[in-house]
Amino acid sequence: MTSARLLARQIRYANLSFWRNPTSAFFTFAFPLMFLVIFTSLLGTGKVQLPGRTVSLSTYYVAAMATYGVVSACFSNLGMTLTFHRDAGILKRLRGTPLSRATYLASRIIHAIAVAIALVAVTALLGRTAYHATLPTGASLGQFAAMLVVGALTFSALAFAISGAIPNAEAAPAVINATIMPLLFLSGIFIPLGTNAPAWILWVARVFPVRHFVVGMQSAFLGTAFHWSDVGIVALWGVGGFLVARRAFRWDPPR
Amino acid sequence: MDTAQDAAIAVRGLVKAYGSHDALRGVDLLVPYGRICALLGPNGAGKTTTVEILEGFRQRDGGAVTVLGTDPAHAGAEHRARVGIVLQSTGVEPYLSVAETLAMYAGFYPHPREVDEVLALVGLTESRDRRVRQLSGGQQRRLDVGVAIVGDPELLFLDEPTTGFDPSARREAWDVIHELRALGRTILLTTHYMDEAENLADQVVVIAGGRIVAEGTADTIGSRNRRAVEVRFSCAASTEPPANLAARRDGHDGWTLRPTDLTRDLHVLTGWAISAGVELENLRIERPTLEDVYLHLTGASADALEEE
Repeated sequence: MTSARLLARQIRYANLSFWRNPTSAFFTFAFPLMFLVIFTSLLGTGKVQLPGRTVSLSTYYVAAMATYGVVSACFSNLGMTLTFHRDAGILKRLRGTPLSRATYLASRIIHAIAVAIALVAVTALLGRTAYHATLPTGASLGQFAAMLVVGALTFSALAFAISGAIPNAEAAPAVINATIMPLLFLSGIFIPLGTNAPAWILWVARVFPVRHFVVGMQSAFLGTAFHWSDVGIVALWGVGGFLVARRAFRWDPPR
Repeated sequence: MDTAQDAAIAVRGLVKAYGSHDALRGVDLLVPYGRICALLGPNGAGKTTTVEILEGFRQRDGGAVTVLGTDPAHAGAEHRARVGIVLQSTGVEPYLSVAETLAMYAGFYPHPREVDEVLALVGLTESRDRRVRQLSGGQQRRLDVGVAIVGDPELLFLDEPTTGFDPSARREAWDVIHELRALGRTILLTTHYMDEAENLADQVVVIAGGRIVAEGTADTIGSRNRRAVEVRFSCAASTEPPANLAARRDGHDGWTLRPTDLTRDLHVLTGWAISAGVELENLRIERPTLEDVYLHLTGASADALEEE
């Protein structure tokens, strides 16, 4: 079998498992959409002040939940799946077969990114029909696609990196949520960061990648300014994640 | 005949240390093609370390190792396609079905077996469409074996393949292994069950303290065939067997004797019983079991055996 066909098959099996596992499908796919509906129902009539624009909160949440969906698919779900596969000995077994490690890793990353893109598409369509979000077109579509792919790759790399720090599969949800949830809050995903937000929060948002990612994603939906520096900072985190993952990622279960 | 060139597995002077602990202190092992070799040893003796070095999962510190003519430390995909591995604790994707799992692994190999053939071989035809997570422990273990043989390997590593099986599941697993041998495959097996080694293995190797301490067939290992035989029987409490047999009382009406010449002594015993009209109940000849020999070799009951 050619390596391209083998890769396609591995992605298909990853996808079968993903949809059959109620936890991965629900938390990854349903959570962002559920939050979108809940937040906009509760707060949708409010306004949020962004640099250069005022948008309704419902439109704001379309961009925020699309971003959350990417983080959820590429970081949380991928990180937990990798840790589970390692602890269950699936990775070790694969190492004893002729399947190349690169094919397995690529299949996992491509599947996570495909789920992320599907999630963004569903969120965008829902936002367009229900919440007056604009959809990216023309030049902004290119910028948006770049931000989306860079963000998805970065959070995938970070998932590989953090799996090395997770001692066992039971600890995976705790470690992953403990790292990502505070960051999502501090980056304005669930609650917009107003101009009067405390300085330390703004600093945290500026240093870590989530804020830059959501600002980059917002410009396509909300018509705010797009800065390539946001893409660059997210990409730097991706490179860092990749370097850490190369050292920290393990194939053998803990003994 | 048993030279390194003819052997599926050839190991010479294998050493491995974990920190200051010497796990392997010079292991030598030859497994010819088409044989089933059982590697026995207590926990911590070096079984898993040896097997994982042969499988390519661990690197050795020294010694020469070839598996199917290749050094597993530097083996590529081509080599891994010729070897099947059943580890002690390796899972498969729980949300795929049995047939999907086998088809997925089959896709990794250049000349895989048919999925249906493997299902029949490991007795999972009925469960082909069940999700892996719904299988019983014994069925999952059989799927482990199925995944290891779906690539039609020449050599199979089975690390404690029947641990946790109920007796009938173990018999079924043994049947699978017998069928693989009939197909000419070479198998290296580790086990804690002596009857498993006795039933399956052409060659039994005992490892203890990081060294091979004995090697042979299940019947001859540790000079089992030459070790003391005992004859036991019971007869009416009022009768006594001939004094020249030097039988000693063993309980109320039981007797034990260690024959100097088994055939002649049995003749004396049964001749006496017939002429005296004595019924020899429970007459049996006992040899040390493989377990006795194993425990003696690995030191666990060396003292107990000495006392006998």
